[in-house]
Order: sequence, then structure tokens, then C-alpha cells
Amino acid sequence: MDFDLSPDHELIRRTVRDFAKQRVAPVAEELDRTKSFPYELVRELGELNLMGIPFPEEVGGGGGDTLAYAIAIEELTRIDSSVAITVCAHTSLGTQPIYLYGSDEQRERWLPRLCSGEILGAFGLTEPEAGSDAGNTRTRARLDDGEWVIDGAKQFITNAGTDISGVVCITARTDAGSSCANGGGVGDADMEVSNFIVPTGTAGYEVGEPYRKMGWNASDTRPLTFAGARIPEDNLLGPRGAGFKQFLHVLDIGRIGVAAMGVGLAQGALDQALAYAKQRRAFGQPISRFQAIQMKLADISTELEAARLLTYKAALLKDAGRSFTLAAAQAKLKTGRLAVRAAEEAVQIHGGYGYIEEYPICRFYRDAKILTIGEGTDEVQQMVIARALGA
Amino acid sequence: MKICVLVKEVPDAAVQKRINPSTGRMDRSGEKNLNPYDTHAIEAAMQVREGGAVEVDEIVAVTMGPESAIRALHKAVSLGADRSVHLSDDALAGSDINATGYALSKALAAEQPDLVLLGQQSDDGECYTIGAVVADHLSMPSLTQVIKMDVEGGELRCERQAEYGYDTVSVQMPAVISVGDAINEPRYPSLKAIMGAKKKPLDKKAIGDLEIEADRVGEAGSKVACGDFHDPPAKTAGEIIEDEDTNETVEKVVAWLDERKLI
Repeated sequence: MDFDLSPDHELIRRTVRDFAKQRVAPVAEELDRTKSFPYELVRELGELNLMGIPFPEEVGGGGGDTLAYAIAIEELTRIDSSVAITVCAHTSLGTQPIYLYGSDEQRERWLPRLCSGEILGAFGLTEPEAGSDAGNTRTRARLDDGEWVIDGAKQFITNAGTDISGVVCITARTDAGSSCANGGGVGDADMEVSNFIVPTGTAGYEVGEPYRKMGWNASDTRPLTFAGARIPEDNLLGPRGAGFKQFLHVLDIGRIGVAAMGVGLAQGALDQALAYAKQRRAFGQPISRFQAIQMKLADISTELEAARLLTYKAALLKDAGRSFTLAAAQAKLKTGRLAVRAAEEAVQIHGGYGYIEEYPICRFYRDAKILTIGEGTDEVQQMVIARALGA
Repeated sequence: MKICVLVKEVPDAAVQKRINPSTGRMDRSGEKNLNPYDTHAIEAAMQVREGGAVEVDEIVAVTMGPESAIRALHKAVSLGADRSVHLSDDALAGSDINATGYALSKALAAEQPDLVLLGQQSDDGECYTIGAVVADHLSMPSLTQVIKMDVEGGELRCERQAEYGYDTVSVQMPAVISVGDAINEPRYPSLKAIMGAKKKPLDKKAIGDLEIEADRVGEAGSKVACGDFHDPPAKTAGEIIEDEDTNETVEKVVAWLDERKLI
């Protein structure tokens, strides 16, 4: 076993760390406070090939691997989660389905612009009645005169409503079975789910107002509605009826990115807590000298190292072409919980200053909670893990 | 035109510097990075190339250091250098500024550059002098702390930061120029440049390849004799004067300063 990163991976870490510190950190507070999407940063990330890290150069990607991607996401989240989730959702969820399942023509049309960051990709899976039970999709697509006609609604969708949002990949039922109003779901023997590419600007496809969120304030999250939205027949992504398998695989990959966010957030919280503890004095000495504070820092640092190794293991398994479903779910579960705990302990170490927006740790605390919910709740990860154990 | 850029691997700025108690020297075991000042020198070379006033055929990154210094070269080529030269030899270990400058000048002489660029200081040794030593060995003019540089014909027109204001100096090439960090804002390497860096040629040189005399390098060939290194003494706690009665406080402060003959 070799725990050293390759020189390439070291340099990617170094570069993204420098970028995050020098370009993201000075504007993160303002972007969060004003709920402003980071257009300028996305443009710069695109120039550095960081909007398409794990895709080959032949399709316009950065030519990196999953480990490089995880390291980049970790370093971005260490400074700001909103920027990180924008890259993460765009890459793992928005671009990934087209890369994995797109026809040559679909890949040629979309991937170069997505990987350069010229346009953003989004993934429309969650619906008002299909969250953890993602198979219970109610959005429908029917063929009519050589076009798919889509009706339904999606929610909590990242990256669909910005000025540069170009495309959303959505799941929809394509079986002739019971109508939306009559329910249906994974239990239906005749249920058929397919994936579609829906370009921004398609008539009948509307993005709603942004949600008022607890955190991730500078990222774009909205509901989507489809009312008779018509797209060409060949916007079907992969074979008809393959949608369920496709999105499960996309989510597996996505978990590695979100796990890397958990590692990055916990590391950022630890960085801030340590710096503050060394500088803040009480009872005549820096509070970092008190065992009560030292134990918190030591525990988070230890947990963090374990979580990072688990996340890198999932990435390495994927890069080696081996099964990574279990490792990715374990990494997602471990890192999400750790991020929440690390942010909480770091706020505690900051005392009253942690509760006001004077220090970034306050933003980290608000940004952390979604990591135990988004891209599969902890409970869904536990289901996936238990299934893999054969329980 | 050929530009050589001298680069160095240094302990990362975020690593707390400390003395290794077993060797009595600086602990260099932690995370390392390309000397940040050198990234300004590479950027300056790239801007000469992109400026179009002169045709730049090649930018070569040159370093002297142990095996790990390859990583600094890797970063240098990802930032735009076309190839790199790694001068590495056990005989070089422990070289001081004078010996290092001599060895580097030999590596540079083999390259015959029209311009040698380097950062004005290293982030670890902070000597500011290697450019001048190299220039002396190469018999080239040398300028330090340059913050603006234009190529005009065979000349370089440079602005250097002086104690009061700026000096504008023209020098004939070939020349050795050490640049300050105000000269430019270095670019970040793109992912494609990082992935492509290992495909660029890296020449490894030992002292025998460059006719470097063994007795002029390494600890034995160095003129600096190192004694013991110590951490700086810990600061003693200051005296806190509570301001209960301002007149009294002023008197106490004046008395404190007077005692130390500061007023």
C-alpha cells in the first residue's frame, strides 16, 4: 500500500488550494451574504480545466481521474461549499450522464461546452414525492409525432437556473401504465424509467424561484416544472427504460464527490478551530493549551484522516475499474456526519464568535448539515451498505 | 532567444519552521513547494514570450536539489517552461550560497541562455544573493529586485525596487535578473498543463556531466561554517498596566520607559 499521492495529484491539490485561498476565500462571505452565484469563479475554474476534471481530453475534459476530482472538490470545500457544490453537481451529476450514456452526437454536442464551464449541467431526479424513493418518479414522457412530451415537476435541483445553465438530464416514466394522478411506483411491474436531455430554453420547461436555504447560499437550487415540454426524440439518453439503472450508477459516482465535500468541510473547520484556539486567550493563556480544547481538535483530526482515506479508497476503486458502490456509500455516510460534527465543535471552540458571521466557521456550520441529506440521506447510505453486506 | 529560470524546492509556507533537534539544522521533512518567488520568474519568462517583442525559442527550468526537487520542476513546466534540468548529486549536499551559485552557473553555462531569471529570494534561506553569485561566475550583468522588465532590441529595460522609489536600468543581454513578487501575478497551472508536465523533457545532471569540481561544492567546498542553530528565545510576558486612574497610568508608563532609557 502506498499512501503518497503522485506528483500530479500533489500538484492538483496545491493548485486548487492556492486558487481557493487566493480567489475564493476573499469573496466567499459576500457571495453567501448576498446569495450571488459565483459566475466569475466558474469562468476561472473553466479556464483551469476544473469544470470537467474526470473526463478525457478527447471529449473536452481535463483528463484527470476520480482521485484528482475528489482532491479538487475537497480543497474547494475547505474554503467554500457553494463553489464546491456548483462544480460537484455540474461534474458528477450534470455532465456524467451524458458522458456515460450519451450517443456520439449527444456527447459531441454537449461535452466540450460542459467541460469548459461555458455552460452548466444539472441533474433532475428528485421530485416532491420521489426523494429517497427516487424510483417513484411521477414525471412522464410520451412520444408524440416524433417528439417526447414531458409533464411533471422536479425539486431541489442544483445549477438549472443560472445565466449559464445549458442543460438538465432528467428521469421520467416512459411506460404506458397508470397516470401520474393514480400513483404507481417501483412496485409496478410495467414501470419504465428513462433519462432525457432537456436543453435550457425548451418551451414548457420552466425553472422556479430559488429556494431560501439554510446554507449553500451562493449555489443555485430551484424547482423545475415541465408542462408539455417538447424535445426531439433523440434526446433520449441511452436505451429507453434504462433510466433506473443509469441514475443509480450516477448517484454512486456522485457520492464520491459529496464525500470529498465532507472531508473538505471538516478540514476547513479544523483549520479554523486550530487557528482560533492558538490565538484566543483565556485565563492567561491561549485556549489551545487547555485539554478540553485539545481533545476536540485531536478527535476531529483523527476522524478526518480516517474519512479522507475512505473517500480516496472509493475514488481509487472507481479509477481501477472495480466495484466502488459500498466504499462510496460508506465514505458518504462517514464524511457527512463528520462534517456536521467538526463544524459544531469548531463553532464551540470559537464560542460566541462562532455564532456570528464574523468568522467563516458560522457559514461552515450552516453549510454542513446538507451533507447528511443531499445525494442520498444517511439512511439511504445505510440501506446501500446493509444490502452490500447481505443483510 | 533562450530563457533559463532558476527554481528551488522549499518547505511550504504553511509548514511551521522549526529546528530539528537531532541535526541542529532546519527541519525540511514537511510538505514542500516550488519557491513562490520563482513562480514570478517563470511568469515573467512567459510574459516575455507572449509579449511578442522578441521570439522566445525555449524556456528551461533549472534546479539543484535532491530527488524530491523534481516536484518543483514538475510545477515549473506546468506553469509554462518547455523542459527542465535537474542538477542532483550527493557531492552537492550541504553546499552554501557560494558553492550552489558555482554549481548552478555550470549548469547554466551548458545551456547558454540569453536571459537568466530567478525569484529575488528563496522562501527558506532568504539570502537574496544567488542571482549575483551566478552572474559573477557567468560574467553577466545582474539586477536584483526587478519589478518591471521590457525587452528592447538586445537590451533589457528594467525597473528595480530601491530603498526610495525605483531605479530604471538598461542592461545588455545575456543577463541575470532576479525579480520581485510585484512584477506580475503568476497564473495557476491548468489541469491539462499539470497532466502534460511529465511528458516534457527532464535532463538529470550529475557534477561529472558539467565539469563541476567536487572540491568546490558540498559541505567541504563551502565557505560558510555552520555552528549551532537555536529557536529564537521565547517572548517573555509583557507587563500589563491597568488604567484605573489615567494620570497615574501615564506616570507608570513614563516611569517604565524611563527605566529602560527609551525616553
